[in-house]
Amino acid sequence: MTGYILKRLVSAIPVLLGISVIVFLIMAMIPGDPATAILGSYATPENVEKLNRDLGLDQGLVPRYFIWLGNMLQGDFGRSFALNRPVLDEVLDRFGATLILAGTSFVLCSVLGIAAGVISAARQYGFADKAITFVVLLGISIPSFFLGMMMILIFAVQLRWFPVSGMWPIYGDRNLWVLMDHLAMPAFALAVVATGVIARLARSAMLEVLRQDFIRTARAKGVHERRVIWRHALRAAMVSIIPILGIQAGFVLSGAVYIEMVFQWPGVGRMLVDAILKRDILLVQGGVVFIAACYVLFNIMVDVAQALLDPRIKT
Amino acid sequence: MMAFLKLLARNRLALAGLIVIGMVVVLALITPLLPLADPDVTDTPNRFKPPFSEGAILGTDHLGRDLLSRLMWGTRLSLAMGLAAAIIAATIGSAIGIIAGYYGGRTDNIIMRGVDMLMAFPYILLALAIVAALGPGLMNALIAVAAVNVPFFARNIRGITVGIAHKEFVDAARLAGMRDREIIVAEVLPNVLPVIVIAMSTTVGWMILETAGLSFLGLGSQPPQADLGSMLGEARSALITNPHTSIVPGAMILIIVMAINLLGDGVRDALDPRLKSGALSRPMPATTVDRQGAVPAAKTESLLDIAGLRTEFRVRDRLYKAVSGVDLHVEKGECLGIIGESGSGKSVTALSVMGLVASPPGVITGGAVHFDGKEIIGAPYEVLRSLRGRRVAYIFQDPLATLHPLYKVGDQLIEAIQSHDSVSSADARSRAIGLLKSVRIPNAESRIESYPYEMSGGMRQRVGIAMALANNPDVIIADEPTTALDVTVQAQILSVLSDLRRERGLAIIFITHDFGVVGQLCDRVAVMYAGQIVEEGPTAAVLRNPQHPYTSRLIDCVPTLGGGQRKLSAIPGLPPVVDNLPVGCAFAERCDKAHADCRAGPVELVKTEEARKTRCLFPEVVSERSA
Repeated sequence: MTGYILKRLVSAIPVLLGISVIVFLIMAMIPGDPATAILGSYATPENVEKLNRDLGLDQGLVPRYFIWLGNMLQGDFGRSFALNRPVLDEVLDRFGATLILAGTSFVLCSVLGIAAGVISAARQYGFADKAITFVVLLGISIPSFFLGMMMILIFAVQLRWFPVSGMWPIYGDRNLWVLMDHLAMPAFALAVVATGVIARLARSAMLEVLRQDFIRTARAKGVHERRVIWRHALRAAMVSIIPILGIQAGFVLSGAVYIEMVFQWPGVGRMLVDAILKRDILLVQGGVVFIAACYVLFNIMVDVAQALLDPRIKT
Repeated sequence: MMAFLKLLARNRLALAGLIVIGMVVVLALITPLLPLADPDVTDTPNRFKPPFSEGAILGTDHLGRDLLSRLMWGTRLSLAMGLAAAIIAATIGSAIGIIAGYYGGRTDNIIMRGVDMLMAFPYILLALAIVAALGPGLMNALIAVAAVNVPFFARNIRGITVGIAHKEFVDAARLAGMRDREIIVAEVLPNVLPVIVIAMSTTVGWMILETAGLSFLGLGSQPPQADLGSMLGEARSALITNPHTSIVPGAMILIIVMAINLLGDGVRDALDPRLKSGALSRPMPATTVDRQGAVPAAKTESLLDIAGLRTEFRVRDRLYKAVSGVDLHVEKGECLGIIGESGSGKSVTALSVMGLVASPPGVITGGAVHFDGKEIIGAPYEVLRSLRGRRVAYIFQDPLATLHPLYKVGDQLIEAIQSHDSVSSADARSRAIGLLKSVRIPNAESRIESYPYEMSGGMRQRVGIAMALANNPDVIIADEPTTALDVTVQAQILSVLSDLRRERGLAIIFITHDFGVVGQLCDRVAVMYAGQIVEEGPTAAVLRNPQHPYTSRLIDCVPTLGGGQRKLSAIPGLPPVVDNLPVGCAFAERCDKAHADCRAGPVELVKTEEARKTRCLFPEVVSERSA
């Protein structure tokens, strides 16, 4: 297994390089002069020229890429001009909040989605199946930012169950309960779409598996139906559900942008939108590369989970 | 195409989606013609008018602009953006996919690597990066959303093109001297176009959501022009004080996307051939029982007595009578063979006993099964479950498919034991090892840790037998247990079964299409044809002196060693399809002795000798066979 993990880690290197190339090329498309964009239109030509030299912008595309890559590998993602602090510091500060939000959402959508899909398949064409199918359709059709706003209106303003927004109260203690109180609505709003997608897939994967011969064998042994569904069938269905969990993790991670805006959550997504509006290019660049790299690593963990689950994948 | 539209129309939800989205599109198209207020004229004194106020049915927004008018214009813009993004993404993505799939080789490799890289990004993040570079704005958001969806189309279309690029008509075009570009346009494109259109119709909902999302963040359409997303974004600051300004555009997005999703699901279902055949329905824990008429009493005092069993498959409007009135019984310690061609109903008979016929589509429509004196057809699930494996156990045909691929064989055995017997895991484990030894698996202690895929076919079938023995059942129903195995392994398995039967006093129902196996193992044999028993009797007598023409033809099909003189004769024709059985003898069509009487009406199974029954008006004559 260690060998398999190492192999997957090594295979991630070209993907990470590819990501850096893509981000670099996108940023190189920026019309006009980045130094002017950074220093503003009142900058003196000397200062612009100096900054261009400092950023390596007076050189060709290829050397610029390698300088940028080399700096990143040393932990230097550049400096945010709007915040006047190193990009990496800002990203790392914000990333914790996003991770808490997206991580909670991911757990929520995996558990709820799989459970809904399994129940739906087990009760195919029954009331539970129809109810779940309808809710799932609603879930994948509603924009998460609209859902978040409606949740604020109902659960925070009308019912006063949860705080309207933010991660921490302005005054008072910062403990786990306070965090969960603030986390509940945004994590749920973020999880809804992914839950729907996972539930749909889990349902069809389960229907596929339940027709297999080994299910009949389990029943012929006298295994209780509950166990047939939740152990025998689900275990086999997980082989096709897990890759979808990996994809949905990407949706949750990037969908956090909307939810962070709606709920004023101090995460990377909001930072990115602010940075885009302020044309703080280096911050966008660093943030995007950082999140994409995290996502690649997460997908390696998904592959490893898959290998642990299915002994037929040779390690 | 007509059939497709009919299927779509049958799906009421899809039709509803089509109607809703059709209405929205029509309204969006005629928006410029409607007598609406100017959507961009601000009127701050009249801001935040509630819905149903005079002059503004939906109220006004934070700048006093008419919400209805803005909603209509915004819908128009959002639909146009989503559709444009879908068309751009589909065009570019499909072009890339077709090129990669058609040329293959290195071109394909390089392109698909790039596509994989793009797919390694979390979705919206890539769109954000593109907008960051191009700057906020309607067109830039459109480009960003289209760009992030290109890989999706490239991948799907490539897969389909690869399949087409190797078809005969493409080779023919190439031989005819057409250039690659001409072949792509004239031969490949028409074949992938339907797929592109379908992929587009299922993703356009996503595109609308995504463009609205970017606008919501303030990165898409810029004021005063508004699509649904930016309307929602602008309304957000007044969410708590004036929620209607948020609800109006949000609900519109929800309605549009939901209608498109309903329609897309309908399109997909209509095109998925598996759904047409009903193959995607799952079998229930026990076969459905729907018996008409009285439940027959047991005909014998045997351990297992099947009386008048009828099992059907109901697929759409067709009815397949797989088993039509079977009487069978097996005594304690006896081995009964059931023999017949595929589709004769022998497996369905066996599976009906413990309610294991896949249902839907299987339904038991008549008859009774008495086990140990108690009727078990239609018994409560818990009664059936406690009998399954504990008193009546099954061995199935293909042990690779019938063992769970992801559990160790030991765990599967332990589970079989613990399903009926609350013993500790350690005890169950040592019993499992004992079971593996009893079916002569070498190194049972280490084999218990193996996965099914690590074993040979013969070893797997031994595991299957060990599992059937786990709870010392009274009856084992073996459904072609040796069919998938080669001859030497088959002989070993048969001898294991034969020994176990002697040692434990097991009753065995052995289903096969091989008379050689029957002769080796079974005391009695029942021959099935088209869901009925056509002949039944002691094995030796039936083999020596078959009375039904079908039995004798079946025996003639078996080659014998050293029997070179005898002519091997296959039975002409095929067994009848059981959804359209003849009134009379089902074998008449293939029988060279068939007479008008045979086809006139049902032929009864009658007693011909002591312990023998035959369903034939003109049984074979005894003296015919001496070899």
